[in-house]
Amino acid sequence: MKTFAYDRARDVAGAVAGFGPGTMYLGGGTNLVDLMRLGVAEPEHLVDVSKLPLRAIEADGDGLRIGAAVRNSELAAHPAARERYPMLARAVLTGASGQVRNMATVGGNLLQRTRCPYFQDVTKACNKRRPGSGCPAIDGDHRNLAIIGHTSQCVATHPSDMAVALAALDARVHVTGPEGERVIAMPGLHRLPGSEPDRDTVLRPGELITAIRLPAPPPGASAYRKVRERASFAFALVSVAAALEVTGDGTVRDCRLALGGVAHAPWRARRAEEALTGQRAGEDAFRRAADAELADADPLPGNRYKVPMARNLIVAVLRELMPR
Amino acid sequence: MNRIEGPDKVTGRARYAAEYPAGPADSIAYAYPVQSVIARGRIESIDAAAALAMPGVLAVLSSDDPPALSPDAEPELALFQTRQVAYCGQAVAAVVAESLETARAAAREVRITYRPEPHDVQLRTDHPGLYTPEKVNPAFPSVTEHGDLPGGLAGAAVSIDVTYATPTEHNNPMEPHAAMAVWTGHGNGDGDGDGDGDGDGLTIYDSTQGASFDRDAIAATLGLSSDRVRVISRHVGGGFGSKGTTRPHAILAAVAARAVGRPVKVALTRQQMFPMTGYRTPTIQRLRLGADSGGRLTAIAHDVAEQTSTLVEFAEQTATPTRVMYGAPAMRTSHRVVRLDVPTPAWMRAPGECPGMFALESAMDELAIAAGMDPVELRVINEPRTEPVSGLPFSSRNLVACLREGARRFGWDRRDPSPGIRSDGRWLTGTGVAASTYPARRMPSQAEATKQDGGFVVRIAAADIGTGARTALTAIAAEALDAPADRVRVEVGDSSLPRAMVAGGSMGTASWGSAVVKACEDLLKNGSEGAADTTEDVRGDQGFARHAFGAQFAEVRVDIETGEVRVPRLLGVFAAGRIIDPTLARSQLIGGMTMGLGMALMEETVIDTATGDFLNHDLAQYHVAACADVQDIDAVWLDEEDQHLNPMGAKGIGEIGIVGTAAAIGNAVYHATGRRIRDLPITPAKLLS
Repeated sequence: MKTFAYDRARDVAGAVAGFGPGTMYLGGGTNLVDLMRLGVAEPEHLVDVSKLPLRAIEADGDGLRIGAAVRNSELAAHPAARERYPMLARAVLTGASGQVRNMATVGGNLLQRTRCPYFQDVTKACNKRRPGSGCPAIDGDHRNLAIIGHTSQCVATHPSDMAVALAALDARVHVTGPEGERVIAMPGLHRLPGSEPDRDTVLRPGELITAIRLPAPPPGASAYRKVRERASFAFALVSVAAALEVTGDGTVRDCRLALGGVAHAPWRARRAEEALTGQRAGEDAFRRAADAELADADPLPGNRYKVPMARNLIVAVLRELMPR
Repeated sequence: MNRIEGPDKVTGRARYAAEYPAGPADSIAYAYPVQSVIARGRIESIDAAAALAMPGVLAVLSSDDPPALSPDAEPELALFQTRQVAYCGQAVAAVVAESLETARAAAREVRITYRPEPHDVQLRTDHPGLYTPEKVNPAFPSVTEHGDLPGGLAGAAVSIDVTYATPTEHNNPMEPHAAMAVWTGHGNGDGDGDGDGDGDGLTIYDSTQGASFDRDAIAATLGLSSDRVRVISRHVGGGFGSKGTTRPHAILAAVAARAVGRPVKVALTRQQMFPMTGYRTPTIQRLRLGADSGGRLTAIAHDVAEQTSTLVEFAEQTATPTRVMYGAPAMRTSHRVVRLDVPTPAWMRAPGECPGMFALESAMDELAIAAGMDPVELRVINEPRTEPVSGLPFSSRNLVACLREGARRFGWDRRDPSPGIRSDGRWLTGTGVAASTYPARRMPSQAEATKQDGGFVVRIAAADIGTGARTALTAIAAEALDAPADRVRVEVGDSSLPRAMVAGGSMGTASWGSAVVKACEDLLKNGSEGAADTTEDVRGDQGFARHAFGAQFAEVRVDIETGEVRVPRLLGVFAAGRIIDPTLARSQLIGGMTMGLGMALMEETVIDTATGDFLNHDLAQYHVAACADVQDIDAVWLDEEDQHLNPMGAKGIGEIGIVGTAAAIGNAVYHATGRRIRDLPITPAKLLS
């Protein structure tokens, strides 16, 4: 581990003012500290933002405001999350382990790095870690990697469950940076790899996530399901966050769908939503919607299974959400 | 009995290898290995200047100045003796520094240039390098054949010919391999001035499954006599076989401590364990079974392909359980291995039986289906009277009783054999059965017993690797001495104690217990002291086939839309002689079954073919079963009396729990879905393809 300086910020302004070249913000450390041990992240300076006064979860008009330093376990246990945004509470609870959720912050959860095995191993090439070095995953092991939105530069997936729910919920991410505050609508925080796979997000240097604001919950029923071969403490092979409102005559009035485990960013399935909205809810429509979303899927030889998995999971979750 | 060291462990007082402090006059240095990034080739140059220039760096060890080791050192332990690289992740240099952090940082600054050669890391059945080894681990014949196999297969009313595969799997004990080496004398061969090194003394605090054998291997590697080396290993956080033989970390600690003249600690990271501490070879197994119209086997052929390294031949005894399980007039079992540019495979819980019984017991299920028979009845009808290949009588064999009792407890008689017809919500459900077996052997050991402070002290270089061996031996000694257990203290985990077998091959309790009972009997005869050596007793263990048997029943739920498999119920019924301690035994058995569940559904080391590296080398990527995967799990045992084993009448139970679990789960997945997945693990990806 490289020697680094450590500062604990007292307030947001101080954190941002203390950010310079080589600085990284430190939340719960559940990902960054691992990456430092592995030599993947080599900050010269850490600004600890985990103690900032950003720990509140509070009503926000019809919605909810979640401070960036709220621990994952606090969010998952909060009555407002459980009762009004069960999709979000479940997504958070499916992530990591109890111990990790007790440490991990909401802001840090959004900014965790891919678990692509090549990214995490400094002896391997990786365009995300060392731009221009290549992507050995494409010809190597990519069983857990992206099927949509990827490029010949990078096939990494974003690992967060919470971010998938936030993408479906139209969450807005509040950030403060050297140039002031701005708001980024999910899933716009995360970007596709394009020609700059080293950039996971649209954040500019020094920008710090301070809060997440949720609008009123979507109408209808909602759910989060995550497929993995181990029953807990595993990243999603594929996950689906969904909300569905069906009118009395069986028509889909509103629908939200986002996928995890398939792309470099949480994947809002807008094509599926469009294909489904106004249709008669049912197996056929769900399947057509899933197919519409996955028409552009371009799996690699080792992750073809994710296409039927995603299709089946979309249909299965929507089926669960049908009014009885 | 509660674990004797339980309070020490839960309060943190129990010391593991990496936790020992230095002596009052010493300060500890730390060594960190530099690992090869190529799988085959030569080291052209090693530039240690940048590392040596870092503050706190004491030394860089490498083949530029090879540490003095015995010319006969085992190649996996012969650190830095050659420029040739045999596998990716091999230790090719090491940094010794004042702190672990400095050593780790400096290790990244050691610049090694390689001349890579094309490598081959992929096991395949058409590999031209496959050959039949002289023997398979540890000393079984590679090939056995009897009867007319082609005739038995051709004349069968029902037959199957199927190929199964198991992947590379890694032991992942909670405690990573670690050692601290402390030299007395100079450690450089002039301890007493005559240059032969016999004045030097080395103490190694190691995490090992057997202090005596570890001591011998370390001494032999360093070219010292065994009496100059002491291994202390009081507590070990799991091993599963990976600490059954000496590993390079212990040699590195010794040569680094000799180089810097200070105690040196080496604690491998989880990532370093993958190439440096052994693994279960992948296997490809062809099973051909034939049976007559009544289900009686006419022929069994079990042909195995597996791998070893270019350094050391380790040929797993994968087909050996087939020589034990079922009677057939014609049988062939064979092993072929290929030397690949990979680390040497080694012991992992039930080497041989574990992968071999996945294949045999899956094939028996397929044969039962082909024959339209119940899989329990197919096994019962093929119960042999004597051990099929050796012809020896069994010392005891209660497989049928295990199958019957398991079937009764599990509700097997209500089972409809039709696949793919039961569901519960989104889940398809099914059940499966498989048999378990594991040899019941023992090896020579020595022990001493003395009266002390109104009680008894028993000394033996046994290893408690988390199994509760210390507790079980205390109970065994107390019984032999007819004394209350709290008056008996058993000392283990130190090579200065009487020489003993490793905790391996499910032989620990049987081997050590035999010596302990004998030493205690000797004490009772002689008054205040007793000593025992069981070499002669063990030599007399002829004339019987000794094995434990069991039956495992699994219920699975499969979401066929997503491929998720869950195991709501797992039952094992075992016949393993006398069970010495029910609490410890249950923990061993359900622990083995849990590991078997992981083998069935998730455990798989992925090799990166481009580099030859084990890619998923941490616990976030190499998945073992989590608590949430284990639901209703139970292990029970039958009363089994066996006079032909050892003074305790006990068979080992450390490994049989993992044998057959994966087959029972795979058979249940077939019953649930109608899909037979013949290559482990049974993942969502495979079920959806």
